[in-house]
Amino acid sequence: MEALWFAIAVMVFAVYVVLDGFDFGAGALHLLVARSDGERRQVLAAIGPFWDGNEVWLLAGGGVLFLAFPKVLASGLSGLYLAVFMLLWVLILRGIAIEFRSHVSDGMWRAFWDATFSLASVLAPVLLGAALGNVVRGVPLSADGWFALPLFDSFSPGGALGILDWYTVLSGVTALAVLAHHGALFLTWKTDGDVSSRSRALAARLFPVVVVLWLVATAGTVYVAPHVMGAVAKRPLAIAATLAACVGLATSVLARRRGGDLAAFLGSSAFVLGLLAATAASLYPVWLRSTIDPAWSLTAANAAAAPESLRAGLLWWPFGLVLAVCYTTLIFRHHRGKAHAAAEGEGY
Amino acid sequence: MSDPLFWHRLQFGFTITYHYLFPQLTMGLALLIVVLKGIGLRTGRPEFDDAARFWIRIFGLSFAMGVVTGIPMEFQFGTNWAGFSAKAGGVIGQTLAMEGIFAFFLESSFLALLVWGERKLGPRKHFLAAVALFVGSWASGYFIVTTNAFMQHPVGYTRDANGVLSIADLGAYLANPWGLLEYAHTMCGAAVTGAFAMAAVGAYWSLRGEHAAAARVSLNTGVVAGLIAAMLSAMPTGHEQGRMVAAHQPITLAAMEGHFKSGPKAPLAVIGQPDVAGRKLDNPIELPAVLSYIAYGDFSANVQGLEDFPESEWPTNIELLYFSFHIMVGLGTLFIGLMGIATLWLWRGWLATSRWLLWSIALAFPFPFIANTAGWLSAELGRQPWLIYGIMRTAEGGSPTVHGGSTLFTTLGFAGLYLVLGMLFLMLVAREVEHGPRPLGSPDHD
Ligand code: HDD
Ligand code: HEM
Ligand code: HEM
Repeated sequence: MEALWFAIAVMVFAVYVVLDGFDFGAGALHLLVARSDGERRQVLAAIGPFWDGNEVWLLAGGGVLFLAFPKVLASGLSGLYLAVFMLLWVLILRGIAIEFRSHVSDGMWRAFWDATFSLASVLAPVLLGAALGNVVRGVPLSADGWFALPLFDSFSPGGALGILDWYTVLSGVTALAVLAHHGALFLTWKTDGDVSSRSRALAARLFPVVVVLWLVATAGTVYVAPHVMGAVAKRPLAIAATLAACVGLATSVLARRRGGDLAAFLGSSAFVLGLLAATAASLYPVWLRSTIDPAWSLTAANAAAAPESLRAGLLWWPFGLVLAVCYTTLIFRHHRGKAHAAAEGEGY
Repeated sequence: MSDPLFWHRLQFGFTITYHYLFPQLTMGLALLIVVLKGIGLRTGRPEFDDAARFWIRIFGLSFAMGVVTGIPMEFQFGTNWAGFSAKAGGVIGQTLAMEGIFAFFLESSFLALLVWGERKLGPRKHFLAAVALFVGSWASGYFIVTTNAFMQHPVGYTRDANGVLSIADLGAYLANPWGLLEYAHTMCGAAVTGAFAMAAVGAYWSLRGEHAAAARVSLNTGVVAGLIAAMLSAMPTGHEQGRMVAAHQPITLAAMEGHFKSGPKAPLAVIGQPDVAGRKLDNPIELPAVLSYIAYGDFSANVQGLEDFPESEWPTNIELLYFSFHIMVGLGTLFIGLMGIATLWLWRGWLATSRWLLWSIALAFPFPFIANTAGWLSAELGRQPWLIYGIMRTAEGGSPTVHGGSTLFTTLGFAGLYLVLGMLFLMLVAREVEHGPRPLGSPDHD
């Protein structure tokens, strides 16, 4: 049952990254692909109806972790305290920027929120990527399962640890590139006119960056966490997920060149899902690895809630998931077709 | 002051108090918007849809603030209360996860449709979007209040040798009697906030002679709903909550009332400042025997005073607890009076021209926010020194590795950020109020 909940949690977080990832990416490119107010409102019209629902997947993932692996949630969030709060501030500013921008038509007001939105959309993937980097690298968990990290220290994963070091920053930057590419493909598909063609051009330029950073980050992982890379080769699930990621990435390029914009976006989604699934499959059963003594790691087995709680959760969680998927489908159907800037006062 | 726990409490208390300013308004307005849209749909009278359209814009602003201030709350269980979360996650994780999956998905999916979709959806579907937001936001309230109720009155759990809690009976946990009552009372409080806001804007427009139709609809709906909600806040829900506290947390009751000496025919203090060191109430004005009646339904019942309990069991901030509780109850009584008069005037046809009453209603809108905040302070300070009543002390719940410096730093950051956001929110609401309701589908140029 722990394994099932591990898989559920990973799935929810992965869906979160794919969904919120496209609006992070769109936000990060906002100032580049949309120049006039009308174009910026077109970008916001493309993500506006979705961003909050997308973000709820993060809360849902947090909920699953809380329910099934409370010690992981408690130890991870308190240990990464400062980075978590920075992420929260970034998410606050981002949400407010999207929702408040349309209320005043003044140019300076809108320029301010456009910049805030874009900056926050750049920082959020970097912080999330760095958090994933911490999970892969490991954290200094003590025997009783707690740790604390300063924001940075020696900046080296081999020296005194901090939340940020060259490896976790590399993960963050890679995450930003991957999601910017993902967001560019989303906008290519969901918008038309100049915004769409600029997004397509940017996706083409971002693709080599993604490939290079992915390879560099993989090399970094081999160096920093050799056991994780070792596990990839031995576990069929991890191999399959890596293959899926490769196929997805290839699809995203080939389909983009042929003008299959939806297929390109779906390819990029598969790429993101595959990367995360491969990482999780090679980490399993470890949630948080202790860099001090591997025996002190928090795992799916030793950090799980009691079986009664896990069983109780299974009674209702699947129904909730079905409902959530229904709502999401309904909303995507309602907003199908290309997004256009709404009339003033009638949309983002 | 270098005790990290102090800073964790300050940070959590500040951010949750700020968060709750918005959901109480959204939950209250969600109900009233359904009412307005429902009347509009049945009668086809356009002023109801116009008023609803205005209130949906306010709702959207308040909802956005609720969302961005709510996300930090979810994380703070892990960042600030890691000790508590690690031990109690097997229980409270259930409702927190349910809130995300059953309530937040519903709200967030349909929000954009409610706020921007009126023309595209048509009246019937737009009404359904309003219902979805109402159900979602009230469900959200249920799950979070049930979580809180477990901390006040734990039921349905088991505890292992290490003190780790897990679910024994999910049904009992979800139907916690304390929780159902707490939920009913909290939702009444939210309805009071929504109704007062609606009535206040209606009164303001009436005083200025603007937007006559929408003003009338807002004022009348707000006044009637305000009276109903304020009465239900006091009786039965508030009163029953008081009895629940008396039955399960007698020390809390004594502290809320500044009641130091035990005895029969206990009086209810209306005015007086608790002197905790001197164990007395200064310059008290008391209603004799009323506390005995409220707590046990019998004027001669014995009510235990704080002196009966060891000081280590006393709530840690009796002064603030006492005043919070008295402010809530005092305001609740005034609300019934104000809305009672307004309803009477409305019925006699005097309300629209009674300027002093319109002024009073227009100026009254901040007080429900104060009453709700004071109510939560009563509940949360009254629970001390327990984090989970009778099971876990607050001192055991903090994050063992986060020091005060980090917490103070992020608290200051939140204070600055929330100050700016609060000012922007007020500014945007004020602009909407100035602008008044917009006709459907006309581009606005403000
Ligand atoms: C507009 C809001 C509002 C109003 C008018 C009232 N309340 Fe209240 N009260 C709340 C808003 C609230 C609240 C914020 O919703 C609380 C906090 C926790 C809870 O369950 O509801 C609360 C809690 C709360 C508690 C529980 C305290 C604890 O758990 O320790 C009691 C005993 C009362 N209330 C009693 C009353 C009485 C007798 C009222 C009569 C006038 C009253 N309330 C009016
Ligand atoms: C919105 C209304 C609420 C307000 C204004 C509020 C206020 C507070 C305050 C002031 C404290 C600090 C008390 C102290 O340390 O002396 C506190 C503590 C706490 N509250 Fe609440 N609270 C609210 C709702 C909730 C809800 C719904 C939950 C649970 C789901 C909750 C969970 C907690 C926890 C875990 C603590 C920390 C432990 C403790 O100090 O006992 N609160 N709250
Ligand atoms: C009195 C207690 C509370 C009530 C009644 C309440 C209710 C609500 C409601 C109705 C919303 C929807 C947005 C809005 O209406 O503004 C909301 C948002 C939110 N609340 Fe609270 N809340 C309370 C306290 C808390 C606490 C203690 C937490 C932390 C666990 C929390 C977490 C959240 C989150 C994460 C959101 C954003 C949801 C989204 O993205 O759609 N709330 N809350």
